[in-house]
Amino acid sequence: MSDMILLGTRKGTVIFDRNNDGWHPRPILHSGIPVCYATRDPRDGALWASLDHGHWGPKLSRSRDGGDTWEEVSSLKYPEGARHIQQYLPTPDFDPEAPAGRPQYADASVYKIWNIAFGADNQPGRLYAGTIPGGLFVSDNGGDSWELNRPLWNHETRGGDLFAGEATSENLWGGTPASIDYGVFEPGIHSIVVDPRDPNHVYVAVSSAGVIETTDGGQTWTGSSHGMLMDYLPDPAVEWGHDPHFVTQCPGQPDHLWQQNHCGIFYSDDGARNWRKVSKPDLGIHFGFPIAADAQDGKTAWVVPARADSERMALDGGLFVARTTDGGHSWESFRDGLPQQNAYDIVLRHGLDASGDDLCFGSTTGNVYLSEDRGETWQCLGNNLPPIYSVRFG
Amino acid sequence: MTTVKMTHHLYRYFPHLENQTVTVPSGPVATVLRAVNDIAPGFTDYVLDDQGALRRHVHLAINNTLVVDRKTLSDHAPDGGTVYIFQALSGG
Repeated sequence: MSDMILLGTRKGTVIFDRNNDGWHPRPILHSGIPVCYATRDPRDGALWASLDHGHWGPKLSRSRDGGDTWEEVSSLKYPEGARHIQQYLPTPDFDPEAPAGRPQYADASVYKIWNIAFGADNQPGRLYAGTIPGGLFVSDNGGDSWELNRPLWNHETRGGDLFAGEATSENLWGGTPASIDYGVFEPGIHSIVVDPRDPNHVYVAVSSAGVIETTDGGQTWTGSSHGMLMDYLPDPAVEWGHDPHFVTQCPGQPDHLWQQNHCGIFYSDDGARNWRKVSKPDLGIHFGFPIAADAQDGKTAWVVPARADSERMALDGGLFVARTTDGGHSWESFRDGLPQQNAYDIVLRHGLDASGDDLCFGSTTGNVYLSEDRGETWQCLGNNLPPIYSVRFG
Repeated sequence: MTTVKMTHHLYRYFPHLENQTVTVPSGPVATVLRAVNDIAPGFTDYVLDDQGALRRHVHLAINNTLVVDRKTLSDHAPDGGTVYIFQALSGG
C-alpha cells in the first residue's frame, strides 16, 4: 500500500500524501509547466516528472529527496542522423496519393516523453522512456544519460534503418492524435511493461502500431497484437497499425495483460500471444483510455468507461468505474461516491492507477477520486485541479 | 561582440543570466547560441531541438530581422549587433 499519489497536470506536479487523517495535497510543483507523466521509482524512491514545455522542448525532472528539490537530468535526445518516415496530418487538403509514392523523411526530435518505466530490482539504474515520435530510450545510470533503442527505431515495420539511407520496407506505423498539438502526426510509445520474471522481456505499446515485444533485452522486437481488432478498417485483424490506448500487466501473474484499446477492452492470459476482446458495449464498458490491473490476481482489472469515440466524455453525465474479476467475462459498475449528474469528465490513458486495495483516477476536468475498497466506493480528493494527465501511486 | 537579449521566461531556468548583459563573439547565430550555452550549460537544449534546429515556437532576430535559416542557423550576427530570442505567445 502506498502513501503517496503523484499527479501530472497541465499546470505542474501535484503530490498527495496520506497521513493519519487522510490524503493531503502539497503545493504544486513545477508550477505552470505541463507535466504529462509523474511517477516514483520503487527501487530507490526517486520521483520523476516528464515536463512538456510548449516552447522549450520536453525535459525530465528528478527528485531524490521525496519531492523537496528537483533537478533537470541530461536532455533525452535523438542521436544525430535519426530520421523517420514523415506521417501526414489528416487534414482536409491531405492528398493520400502524394506521399504514398515516395516516403518523405523528417529529422527526429523528441516531442513528448510520454511514459517512464523502471527496470527490475536486479537492474539498478535501468529506466525506460517512451516518446513521440515513437522512439524508446533506455538509461542504465539512473537517468543521467539515455540511449535510443535502435532495433525498435530501425524496425522493418518503420521502413528499416534510416540511419543507413533510404527506407527498405514499408512504414506500417500510424500517428497518434496526441501528437497533433506539436504540429505533427507521429506515433507514440505510451506503455512500457517489464516482465518481473525476466527483465529482458519487455512489452511496449504504440499508438498507432500495436503491442511490440522483446525477449532479448531489446535486440529484436516482434509484434504481439494477435487478436486485437480495429473495427474501423476493412480488415480489422491486420497485424500493424493498432491503437492500444494503454497496456498493463499483473505483476503477480505476468502472463495476464490488459489493454484499453480504441476499439474495446482486450485481455491476454498467455503473455500477449493472443488477445481477446472482453468489453461489453451494451453495458457501456467498451471505450476509454486507462486500465489498471490487480497486483496479484491476473483476472482482475478496472477501467473508467467513456462514450466512444467521437464524444470522449462520461456516459450519460455520470462517472463510473467498472471492474472484472474473471478475466472480462463479467463486469460490475461502481458509482457510489462518483458524480452522476452533469459530469463530463474524461480520464486519459495514464489517469488511473491501483495499489493494493486502493485505486485513484483523475480527469481532464481536474477532479480526483480515490477508492480504498477495490473500486466499490469513492471519495473526492479535489475538484479544482488543472487538467490531469497522469495518476500514479508512489 | 554581439549582445544577446532573451525572453524573461528563460530566466526561470537560467537565473544567473538575469540582470546581466550577455555578450558573446559575433558570428553565425549557431555560434552565438553555443557561446551562450558555455555561459549557461543546457541553454541550447531549450531553444534548439535534438538535431540543432530552432524549436518550433522559438524565434530569433538579428537586430530587426528574423533569422531565416532555422535549421543550421547560418545567419550572421554582426559585431555590435543584438540577437533577440523570442517565444511564441500561447494560451491556456
